[in-house]
Amino acid sequence: MSVGAWHAFWLVVRRELCLSFRRPEQLLQPLVFFLIVTTLFPLGLNLQLSLLRDMAPGVLWVAALLASLLSLDSLFKSDADDGTLEQLALSGQSLLLIVTAKTCAHWLVTGVALVLVSPLVAIALNIPGFAFATMMASLTMGTLTLSWLGAIGAGLTIGLRRSNVLLSLIVLPLAMPLLIFGAAATDRAISQIGAAGALYFLAALCVFTCTLAPFAAGAALRITLE
Amino acid sequence: MNIASAGLEFEKIHVWRGDRHVLQGVSAHVRPRELLHISGPNGTGKTTLLRVVCGLLRPEQGSVRWLGRSIATYRSEYQAALAYASHEPALKGDLTALENLRFAVGLKRRITVDELLAALHRTGVGTCADLPARVLSAGQRRRVAMARVLAMNASVWLLDEPYTNLDASGADLLSGLLQAHVEAGGLALVVAHQELKLACGIGRLELNS
Repeated sequence: MSVGAWHAFWLVVRRELCLSFRRPEQLLQPLVFFLIVTTLFPLGLNLQLSLLRDMAPGVLWVAALLASLLSLDSLFKSDADDGTLEQLALSGQSLLLIVTAKTCAHWLVTGVALVLVSPLVAIALNIPGFAFATMMASLTMGTLTLSWLGAIGAGLTIGLRRSNVLLSLIVLPLAMPLLIFGAAATDRAISQIGAAGALYFLAALCVFTCTLAPFAAGAALRITLE
Repeated sequence: MNIASAGLEFEKIHVWRGDRHVLQGVSAHVRPRELLHISGPNGTGKTTLLRVVCGLLRPEQGSVRWLGRSIATYRSEYQAALAYASHEPALKGDLTALENLRFAVGLKRRITVDELLAALHRTGVGTCADLPARVLSAGQRRRVAMARVLAMNASVWLLDEPYTNLDASGADLLSGLLQAHVEAGGLALVVAHQELKLACGIGRLELNS
């Protein structure tokens, strides 16, 4: 009996989650990085509280981008190294589906986790409570988009050694619009002027990436498998 | 289905790796109930040939046909009928042997845990089902990989040096499994350095540099 696409999708997602939770230290690394980097800024800059609040959105977003980049390197690499990627590619399921499942799982364990700890960071950065909802919404879309951009980069850099620097060089320029609109949305929420415009832009970027990046990442994977 | 189009056929496969002409027009036709033993010195493209045949690598020239149809256009059906074992066992160290099988075979066909356990028992690693793959020995991992091939219930087996790391009883077991597979109407391409001691008909393909 053949396996339906949904069943296969959930199987790959479950496999990824299972693997992530067997290595909790790798799961926690981006989160701890996020917490530490955002704590370093107020410590190092000796800012006044009002100045800190002005800088907070930028600091928060840069730290979130870098933290989710940390774990992107291993998105396909560990599977490529031990040969399981070939098994996935030959499973009869499309690479598109496998890439989508793996990226969704990656977002669940890094992106969603970052969003969930972001209020903690926001308190440290003196972001007022009424801006939390906008901040978390923008981070949700931002991390999802970044996971997809990263999937393209990770697919292209599988075969290379020390690929994480190159991966950052590929992904970070593409992530600039995210940073601009994400930080703007948070900033506007803090100043209590309408953040909707920036959020719409972010949502558009997110939809754009989520619909097209699977094809690009699948193609990247097909090229590097050869 | 007529006899001429049955089975797996590859014709005049040419592959360049950089400026090395690795495969220079390799052809063969493997029918059901046949086994093709691919041998040759190191670096003559045996693994490359298997990767071409399973569709992971596109040859610069030549074609691979399954049941008379090109595998490039017939991809998902072909892959559903295919079990490939690379020279790495392709197991996740953090997952148990059983989980490894469940996630790999589960993408190919619906399968119950009992069937997977039966496959593990058949290759002699039933007692390791709940151990993480990283604590298994190289030979045990090879047996788990073999159980994965069995559980896939595929008609085409592509095995890359399956005898590596196996002890004498493991090698006998593998030969028995290959024989049973071929007798049941399957076909197999096996890359191996040693002679295959099987009662069934063995085709030979010797690659030279």
